[in-house]
Amino acid sequence: MLEIGILHYVVVGTLLFIIGMVGVITRRNVVIIFMSIELMLSAVNLNLLAFSRLHGLHGQVFAIFIAADAAAEAAVGLGILIAFFRNRATVNMDEVKLLRW
Amino acid sequence: MTPVATPFFFYMLSAIALGGALIMVIKVNPVHSALALIVSLLASAGLYLMLFAPFIAAIQIVLYAGGILVMFLFVMMLVNIEKLYVEKMLNRQWIVGLAATAALALLMIGALVRSARTLPQQPLHMTEQSNVQQIGLLLYGNKTGYYLFPFEIASILLLVAIVGAVVMAKRRV
Repeated sequence: MLEIGILHYVVVGTLLFIIGMVGVITRRNVVIIFMSIELMLSAVNLNLLAFSRLHGLHGQVFAIFIAADAAAEAAVGLGILIAFFRNRATVNMDEVKLLRW
Repeated sequence: MTPVATPFFFYMLSAIALGGALIMVIKVNPVHSALALIVSLLASAGLYLMLFAPFIAAIQIVLYAGGILVMFLFVMMLVNIEKLYVEKMLNRQWIVGLAATAALALLMIGALVRSARTLPQQPLHMTEQSNVQQIGLLLYGNKTGYYLFPFEIASILLLVAIVGAVVMAKRRV
């Protein structure tokens, strides 16, 4: 069987990132958009860990920071979602147009 | 220490991760999407283990699959959606969005293929045993703690996020 190198992991990370980006761009439901963002952050983590396999442990430390960022982003985003749902009774992204004329 | 049966586990975990991600994007019901995302993130944690990162894999399981996804499910319980299956799933500009995403995908894959031979062929010698110790030394070490200040900034970011989430979700400020 083919030997598994760093490139394989990077390709898987790229594909996960692209799937997450498709979710962010095409879906209407804000909850699914947030979950796609989490998937994209996880894909970035996979890339960082793959390159940390070549260049030392600094990539793993950055992966920890990205995990902290993902937690903060999910908390604030879901808080905004709850506030928006209370005002407009919808969770669709294209009906979020309070600042648009 | 060399891992056992690397190609088989790599392809299996990658297939599970990609399949879970695809199901997450395709499903109409957000609860199904969250469950598929949990499967995908667990498979990604397996891939992290294969990259000699057991600490990040544990963080992935505990924090993403255990914490953040439970928070997502909790919020889905708060914002109940009755008209889920009669509403449109995709927004109006989804064709343009798919085209732009496909262009970006081609660009990224092309860049990867073109730069593949510049990667170092030989991975570093890493051990799984002292991984947590080494990460801890990089984060908090006396002479080797390169990331002490970014760590403090991350803690302030988390504090701001806590306050922001409470303020956003409060009924009346």
